[in-house]
Amino acid sequence: MIINLHVNGIKKSFDINPDEYLVEVLRRYGYLSVKKACDTGSCGVCTVLVDDSPVLSCSYYAVRANNKHITTVEGISGEDRSLGEFLVDEGVDQCGYCSPGLILTVIAMKKELENPTKESIVEYLTGNLCRCTGYVGQLRAIMRYMGVSE
Amino acid sequence: MITFGDYIQPKSVDEAYESLISKKSARLIGGGCFLRMGNRRIGLAIDLSQAGLDYIKDAGEEIEIGAMTSLRSFETSELLKEHFGYMIGDSVKHIIGVQLRNIATIGATVYSKYGFSDPITALLALDADICLYQGGRMALGDFLKEVGHRRDVLEKIIIKKSNKRGSFQTLRNSQVDYAILSVAVVDDEKGIRISIGARPGRAALAIKAMEYINSKGLCEEIASKAGEIAAEELHYGSNNRGSGAYRKELSKILVKRALLEVSK
Repeated sequence: MIINLHVNGIKKSFDINPDEYLVEVLRRYGYLSVKKACDTGSCGVCTVLVDDSPVLSCSYYAVRANNKHITTVEGISGEDRSLGEFLVDEGVDQCGYCSPGLILTVIAMKKELENPTKESIVEYLTGNLCRCTGYVGQLRAIMRYMGVSE
Repeated sequence: MITFGDYIQPKSVDEAYESLISKKSARLIGGGCFLRMGNRRIGLAIDLSQAGLDYIKDAGEEIEIGAMTSLRSFETSELLKEHFGYMIGDSVKHIIGVQLRNIATIGATVYSKYGFSDPITALLALDADICLYQGGRMALGDFLKEVGHRRDVLEKIIIKKSNKRGSFQTLRNSQVDYAILSVAVVDDEKGIRISIGARPGRAALAIKAMEYINSKGLCEEIASKAGEIAAEELHYGSNNRGSGAYRKELSKILVKRALLEVSK
């Protein structure tokens, strides 16, 4: 079946099977920043934004995204791009495999949390696993980006 | 891996139900998160995402929660927070991450009667009802006691408004793992209700502990005794997250902790 997605601001048609998850479709059409890892809905690596809300693309049926706006890390622009610099400044980009999912989740979090605190940031990001950094440096960078002090 | 034969997106619950009973191999698709962990072919997949079941409504004396409401909406609803405090948010905030809670639905977890379901534990303590398309309205507690699954569409969950104070307590091996045990306590005009889930069987009320505490009044000593009664009256089983004996001991502590929290 054919669905229409607005991916990173561009409307396109996608030929899908109704039982396909969004990650498979996006990767098949060349959006390779969308990574696969655990494939069980546990790690957050495959996160994309659907109408600005973060979802696990490995657990979200592509058919449900019909006519919705999808943001992958390629579609980040403006102020949101500076998040990468905060992560690099703290030396926590490491292997980078989890970065697209983490960055998109943080961007959604910044819009959603009205008065962010260290605790609410940690709670929001518990669904994003990273096997390199140990999280402390990432948290430092994200708190700086969110304007939250220790 | 899950594969579909035919697939439809009904625009109403009527249409969804008619499709469900039209074919033996028809299955309803809620969030689709837990389903994907299995390996089967579904003859007719009925996707409920367009059936008008995504809402949280103030219905006067009650609050209605549509079955396709995401766990994240359930968690962050100001309406639910206003009437039931933080216990609803507390009962879902440990479920994987925000990204999964934006997909998983409250109806799917309730309909499936998952033993590990934290929100079921909270809803049972809140004395919630459910509304099935064909079966009509019934108490969640009665629905949970039924063996097997009805061939019906869960439309909504209904919580009566009242002056409820609640507490949700849980213990996990790690932040987002399934609970080893979950306990919810609600205190309102009708008395105290104690629900215990992840035993690892589906949530149940600790009736004797409720009777005891409602006849005595709440203080630390009575809360401890109520925990001991709850530990004795329900069955606690073993799985890879904890033994039955450990869960039984744990229930004493979590029940006491929840009771003392609602007494504040």
